[in-house]
Formats: sequence, structure tokens, C-alpha cells
Amino acid sequence: MELTREEESALKGEQGEIMQMAYRILVATGEATDAEKLVPIEWTHLSGVNYNTIGDAGEEFLSSISKDARVKVKTTLNPMGFDIDNVSNYGLDENFIAKQLSIRNSYETMGVIPSFSCIPYEIFDIPKDGTQVAFAESNAAIHANSYDNLKTNKESAFSALASALTGKSPYSSLRKEDSPNITIRMKVDNPNELTYGMLGFFAGKVGDISVNISGLGEMDNRQCKAMCGGMGTSGTCAKFIFGDGDSDSEKIDFDEKAMQNVHDELNTSEKGDIITLGSPQLGLEEISELAGKLKGRTFEKRCMIFTPRTVKEQARKIGYTNELKRAGCEILSDCCTCLTPLINKDNVDAVTTNSIKGAFYLKNSNGVGVNLKPLSQIIEDETK
Amino acid sequence: MKILVSGKVEGTVLKSKDAINFLGTVDKKTGIISDKNHELYEKSIKDTILVFPSGVGSSVGAYTIYSIKSNGTAPLAMICQKADLTVATGCALANIPLVILSDEEFSSINNGMKLSLDTDSSNPLQYQ
Repeated sequence: MELTREEESALKGEQGEIMQMAYRILVATGEATDAEKLVPIEWTHLSGVNYNTIGDAGEEFLSSISKDARVKVKTTLNPMGFDIDNVSNYGLDENFIAKQLSIRNSYETMGVIPSFSCIPYEIFDIPKDGTQVAFAESNAAIHANSYDNLKTNKESAFSALASALTGKSPYSSLRKEDSPNITIRMKVDNPNELTYGMLGFFAGKVGDISVNISGLGEMDNRQCKAMCGGMGTSGTCAKFIFGDGDSDSEKIDFDEKAMQNVHDELNTSEKGDIITLGSPQLGLEEISELAGKLKGRTFEKRCMIFTPRTVKEQARKIGYTNELKRAGCEILSDCCTCLTPLINKDNVDAVTTNSIKGAFYLKNSNGVGVNLKPLSQIIEDETK
Repeated sequence: MKILVSGKVEGTVLKSKDAINFLGTVDKKTGIISDKNHELYEKSIKDTILVFPSGVGSSVGAYTIYSIKSNGTAPLAMICQKADLTVATGCALANIPLVILSDEEFSSINNGMKLSLDTDSSNPLQYQ
């Protein structure tokens, strides 16, 4: 990999230990992915925030580097483990809360915007077409590449952090032009958001870096997010290219049978004890739509709704929050269905959700059963 | 040879044919491999030149590599056959030299060999 004189100097340690470490990460990542150089990026989105995922080693590392490290470009942050406004209602152990707050503090000290959201593409302005960014949250990377005309690889927590500290990223893979050699043909009729989540999950398994996808009709925001969330969960693939692809690309059908296989893998329970909505977190449009659907109805079980803090605030002003609370919803910001300690197998056997991404982590990380249903079915079955 | 993290060390090879999942299979306090199904079960990777095909598993394993370095139980260097981002970023965080070898070079290294690695040299790997 070719480095500029300034980059070489940072790698040698002439700009301090933090910059040396950041450039070591960029060079190691770049060499591993056959990058020819580093390029400037304008926005990084960091993962590695929830204490459940990074543990003591992560907490100690961030605490140590935050003494000196400062981000150089706009940097936003993934969800953490709980909502700071109502954490006391959930009986979390004190160690978890203390470590999580330390992690939050470290990121804020480094100059990171404490957005605690996995949908940066919905709550921040999108830069102009073709802008290089570095997103570590998988659904956000896929959304940025597929719908927002941005360019990012599926970054790791570490490569994104190094990009935040340097403003640079290895020029490899999806940052260059790409032409996938697989085309997935959508063959399922009358799809809902669960169908698109399963399509994304299927695509992530068969694709490597990017896939062509054909046969999609008009999709709403919820369905687009479901597809990005599903894909980010099952593999390394980080971009949909909409169309039939080259005639020589391998064609793979997503039909009823393929969909049933995904469903059988992730749907492990006939019913859930609680309901969760929002993985990826719900944006304002989805909150508005949900408030409309819940008019005159009430959930008969706990229903947890995950949304970014900024959206929660907007929803409160417009009046959606009252409507949702009246219908029995708990509204949580700063965290997400995935890997939250607020749901665990000691008090919940199974969760009903419309999210494939949520289902994957609830099943594999939280160790609870999952009952998959589209939102329309959840409202029909679980409200009065 | 591909140099992912540069450095200069001398040491004894601990080689495995199995990939390593750093998250959960390496005891951070001792550097001992705790996975019963691993070829290196009950062996310590501390102060070795650890030679293995590649890393597998969660990217959070990079923090494990950082931890074992902080605890003084890390290998002196790592040598792999295939680059993976968990080991690459872990070694970069911890400043542990890491190189990727061709299949042929990789198979010529044996367990217990004395090696010196100097990534700045024109002949980075010397068998002693």
C-alpha cells in the first residue's frame, strides 16, 4: 500500500501513540483487503458501544485512549445497552450501568456525537452522491451504499475508529467500482417487511461483497430498512445493486421455499411473551405510521419500541408518544433490540418481532425464543 | 509475504493447523488456549511466535488480543496463511507484528523452530 509522507510519519509514531495506533489499524486493514492507498472520508459511524458486546477489554481500551484521542471528522455512534432516562426501571446490575456509562463518557470525551442510533442515515443529513464515509454498523453501511449513494465498506469497530481519528480509510472493495457476479431474483408475491428482511438475510448468505437484486416492486421505508438489517446479519455483503446484472452473472431465486428456509432458521417459537419493534430503530415515519395503526387499540402484552433519542423527542412534540404510551408501548431510546440486557432469558422465554436482524440476535445472543410476524399481524393478534 | 503489522522479534514457533477464535478460547490472564477441541488446548501462546491458518469468529476478538498484550500474555508475533480482519486489527491495536505467508512458506514452518522476524529487512524471516 502506498502511503504519503505524512501518513508514513504518523505510522512511525512521529505524531503520537494514538495516531500511530490508528494508522497501524488502517495499514493492517488495507493490506488485508488489498487496498492501494488511503482516501479521505467525511463521516464515520462507530460500532462497539454496548458493554454487552465489547466487555471489560473494550471499556478499558476506550477509557485509556480517550485521554488523548480526538476524532477528526463527523463521528456518530451506535446504540448502547439501555435508555439513560429509564434505566432504573429495569433492574440492571450496577456494574453493567457503571461500565456502560464509562464507555459513553469515553466516546463523548473523544468528540463523538452521542447519537446512540443504528439509523444514522435517517437522523442526519446525507452528504452529496459518491461521498466516502466509514460506517461500522452493518445495516447502516448497506443502506448508505444501496439507497443513499454513499461509499463505504462494511467497517469493523476498529477500522471505523481509526478512520474517525485520522479522517482516512483504505481504498478497497466497495469504495472502488464493483460488479457483483450474483443476481438474486425476487420471486415471492405480496411481500411485507418480514419478507424483505428474509430476502436480505438470504442475500447476505449467498453474496460476498455486493449482489444484484431484481424483481423488486415499490418498497416503503420500513421494508428497505428490514432488507438492509437482514443482510447485515448473515454475512459480509454490504451493497444491493438494483437490476438484473450482467447476463453472465449467476442467477439465484428467492422463492417461497428459500423464504421458508430462512423462516425455519429464525422463527423458533409459536408465540412471544413480549413484543419488540425497532431493529433497526424506528424512524419518525414508522413511529407516525405505528401511532396511526394503534388508534383505538391497546397491546395486551409488553411492547418495547426502540427509536433514536432525536426521534423520540420529535415524536413527543408531535404527540405520537402519548398515543403510543396510551396503547401500552414502552418507548426506549439510546438502545436497540439487538444485544440489549433489558431482554434476557431469566424473565422472557420468547419475543414476538417483525425484525429479522432482531430475531437473529435475540436467538443467538440473548438466548430467547423468537416468534416472527409482520407488523400488521402483530397488531391484529396482540392488540384489542 | 504480506506485512500487516511491522516489527522485529526472535522466538520459538507454536504452530497449529486449527484457526483461532480469540474471543472466548484464549484465557486472557494466562494466554492458555481453553478450547478442548483445539489442537493447542492447554498450551500457552505467551511469548511464542504463534503460527496458525487464520482467525475466526467475532471481530470483538481484536479486544482479546489487545487484552493479552496488556496482561503480558500475548505472543511475540503472529504468522498466518490467510488475512482476517479480527487478527489484523487486534495485532494493530496491540502492536504485535503480523505477517501473512504463502501456502508454501507457511508449510515450511514447524512447531518448536527458532525464528527471527524483521519486517524491515529484505529477508524478513530467518530460520535459526
